[in-house]
Amino acid sequence: MTIGILACGAYIPRRRLQRGAIHAANGWFAGGLKGLARGERAIAGWDEDSITMAVEAARASLRDFDRAAIGSVALASTTLPFADRSNAGVVKEALNLADATGAFDLAGSRRAATTGLNQALAAAAGGASAQLLVAADMRKSRPGSEAEMTSGDAAAALIVGDGEAIATLVGAHSVTIDFVDHVRESGADFDYGWEGRWIRDEGYGAMVATALADGLAKIGVDAAAIDRFIVPITAKGVAEGLARRLGISAEAVADRLADSVGDSGAAHPILLLASALEAAGPGERILLVGFGQGVDILIFETTDAIADGQRRRSVAATLADRVEDMNYLRWLFHRGLYDLERGMRAELDQKQPGTTLWRNRKAVLGLVGGRCTQTGTVQFPKSEISVNPNNPAAHTQEDYPLADRRARVVTYTADALAYSPDPPGYYGMIDFDGGGRMTVEFADVVADDVEVGREMRMVFRIKAVDEQRGFVKYFWKAAPVRTGEAD
Amino acid sequence: MARGIKDKVAILGMGCARFGERWADDAETLMVEAYEEAIADAGIETSEIDAAWLSVAFDAINIGPSGIPLATALRLRNIGVTKVENYCASGTEAFRGAVYAVASGAADIALALGVEKLKDTGYGGLPVRSRGTTFDMVGVTGSAPGNFAQLASAYRAAHGVAKADLKRAMAHVSVKSHANGAKNPKAHLRKPIDMDTVLNAPMIAEPLGLYDCCGVSDGAACAIVTTPEIARALGKRDPVTVKALQISASNGWEAQQGGGWNGSYFHTTRIAAAKAYEEAGITRPREQISLMEVHDCFSVTELVTMEDLHISKEGQGWKDVLDGLFDADGAIPCQIDGGLKCFGHPIGASGLRMIYENYLQLLGRAGPRQRTSPPSLALSHNLGGMPSQNVSAVAIIGMHDA
Repeated sequence: MTIGILACGAYIPRRRLQRGAIHAANGWFAGGLKGLARGERAIAGWDEDSITMAVEAARASLRDFDRAAIGSVALASTTLPFADRSNAGVVKEALNLADATGAFDLAGSRRAATTGLNQALAAAAGGASAQLLVAADMRKSRPGSEAEMTSGDAAAALIVGDGEAIATLVGAHSVTIDFVDHVRESGADFDYGWEGRWIRDEGYGAMVATALADGLAKIGVDAAAIDRFIVPITAKGVAEGLARRLGISAEAVADRLADSVGDSGAAHPILLLASALEAAGPGERILLVGFGQGVDILIFETTDAIADGQRRRSVAATLADRVEDMNYLRWLFHRGLYDLERGMRAELDQKQPGTTLWRNRKAVLGLVGGRCTQTGTVQFPKSEISVNPNNPAAHTQEDYPLADRRARVVTYTADALAYSPDPPGYYGMIDFDGGGRMTVEFADVVADDVEVGREMRMVFRIKAVDEQRGFVKYFWKAAPVRTGEAD
Repeated sequence: MARGIKDKVAILGMGCARFGERWADDAETLMVEAYEEAIADAGIETSEIDAAWLSVAFDAINIGPSGIPLATALRLRNIGVTKVENYCASGTEAFRGAVYAVASGAADIALALGVEKLKDTGYGGLPVRSRGTTFDMVGVTGSAPGNFAQLASAYRAAHGVAKADLKRAMAHVSVKSHANGAKNPKAHLRKPIDMDTVLNAPMIAEPLGLYDCCGVSDGAACAIVTTPEIARALGKRDPVTVKALQISASNGWEAQQGGGWNGSYFHTTRIAAAKAYEEAGITRPREQISLMEVHDCFSVTELVTMEDLHISKEGQGWKDVLDGLFDADGAIPCQIDGGLKCFGHPIGASGLRMIYENYLQLLGRAGPRQRTSPPSLALSHNLGGMPSQNVSAVAIIGMHDA
């Protein structure tokens, strides 16, 4: 048993907005951003947020991991949907973890996840049970801003604890300096940023470089011994420049996914770490930088356990599961930045009684159905009397989680009449492998890729938003299983 | 062993308001319009009605709760009035209440009235509403077309029917109903249409286009029922009687048991139809039923219902449709009044409107759309909910000696 990173996972939303499409719309106004108008950025759907993306990344990390071993869940983000409702608590429910699981949110800085990782490793060294550390960000940006071009939406997860570690911590170093390169007031939608040249010179050039030099010296690792150098700063040349100054080899500099995902904020260092772990072999030294009102330096060394590859395979898959998107206005609408006429059908009251959600939290947030202990009949949701017409046994049902079961389409439609923020709304009936069925909304569907018999998997998404009272209703949807997707 | 309803109850009078976008009229006016026709047909006074049932589905957006709106509109004599709601099958549910009251002997004369005022919502189609606190967390708040459109995907898969073939058969259903509705002065939609219009219409919920969907209408319909003996005493020498009245409600099997129902038919309709035929003593429905009014909320619903009523063989309904079997001049006309498609669909009234048409046809009172070969047994099928979870009602009426 070794203390370290036991598994990792990632989630990148499927739609990749072409930056050229942003510039085509805004270039008349923000012509100076032309140089950034290349590549693509990941954009979350209307029904995604930091919580739903975190759940998907967490599921990827937990694929071959015993959930009962998770002692706590931490969610790091600068875009937590709730200011006073444990966001990590929603993730815990969605993952159907035991009630005897700790949960806490890490926020306030893009460095939240690296700081959290350092703390999680320290806690594990102190004997704490495994922690699921998830980082997710879906940052809003003003149309025409530089952040709109450079940001991306993503989530990544690590399981930290004592076990068959794939990477162990060699050492860590942190500094905190109130360097306000950008700021976002509580409750505000957008960042306010300062001049890029100052950030480059004093932030990256001085603060990060100094922290790196101090950290390497303190930990006692030679810069030349670093095999993978992760700098979650997508500005061009920054990572390469730091490597040069410190004597880290140019080959060690990790791709920042700048042209394929964009800067995913608090999630970005963890996403890049997961990506590095996916590519790494045993005995490699990985240097991870966290930046945001200071610097975190963490140096890891991969173990022999990394060789089996089972617990670190989701980044390439989620990166490859993509569709090019040129529809800039649709994305603005989904982020609430473009006020389309939604029609009266959108006026349906989405009030969520707190009592009913609490009573049904396992079914709603965890997609837990029932299984009759007499007949084995599986159903969703659970009921007092089994649905089986041959033996409607009473009070025999045990919990039966369905979220990780594959399903097949039984019926479907594409509904252009009912209100959907992304019309037409696809939905239909699905049968789960091993029993149980439900009628459910479909996610990430394209017109020529849905038919009776289509294999689907369940994803955690926003079902509806109660705009009147400020509440997000989450539930599960079915998404097509695509070739090459890790199972 | 239940003995069934056959010939225990007669229809004394019926009435139906003109269906459509009745912008200038409240539900009260629609109720009174249907009632005045029915009570005149029955030849009785309001004071002779012993009990009443009112059906309305979307009460929250029109008359509000309880039976009081009916008692008030008709100034009933402080009799018991029961409000019923069973999705779009509410009309037949009200009829059942009145018929059972008479059959039990508790009432000599009972009234059923269905009404719906749908055109106060501000948009086309049915109102969007909650289906309860649990459903709102885990169900799909789709549209009615979206719920029923799913039949088509499953039917194609179950019977290996090509998309284009099924779409054509569905279009034939609508073309036929528009031709029939054009002859009906009380119908909401009275314009004949051709196949190309249906096939090229905008998509509402794949594969249902605009003309695959029925009208959303204001309207009311009314029945007054009594015993055959009282009907004769009141001058109805050859009364129309109720032969069968069956309602089947889903219990969650279709929606919840994996690998069970395949999504292409109505489980409840098959059960209600089989029971209704048994109750009416019908053994060969395809030969014995003279005409049908079915719940054609969408073209595909009518198509699969032909099989569920055991008229067409499973998987063959689409061919019977294309062969014209259910056209006005076919072997078994279906929707000779235009159906929900064109007569219109004021939810709470629809089941009673179907019985109204069958009643007129049986008595030879249907005017220009009257079936020439005299009908003897007429079936109505009234469905509420969605394919995976619904209430299916089958009523068969006929001449007393049929």
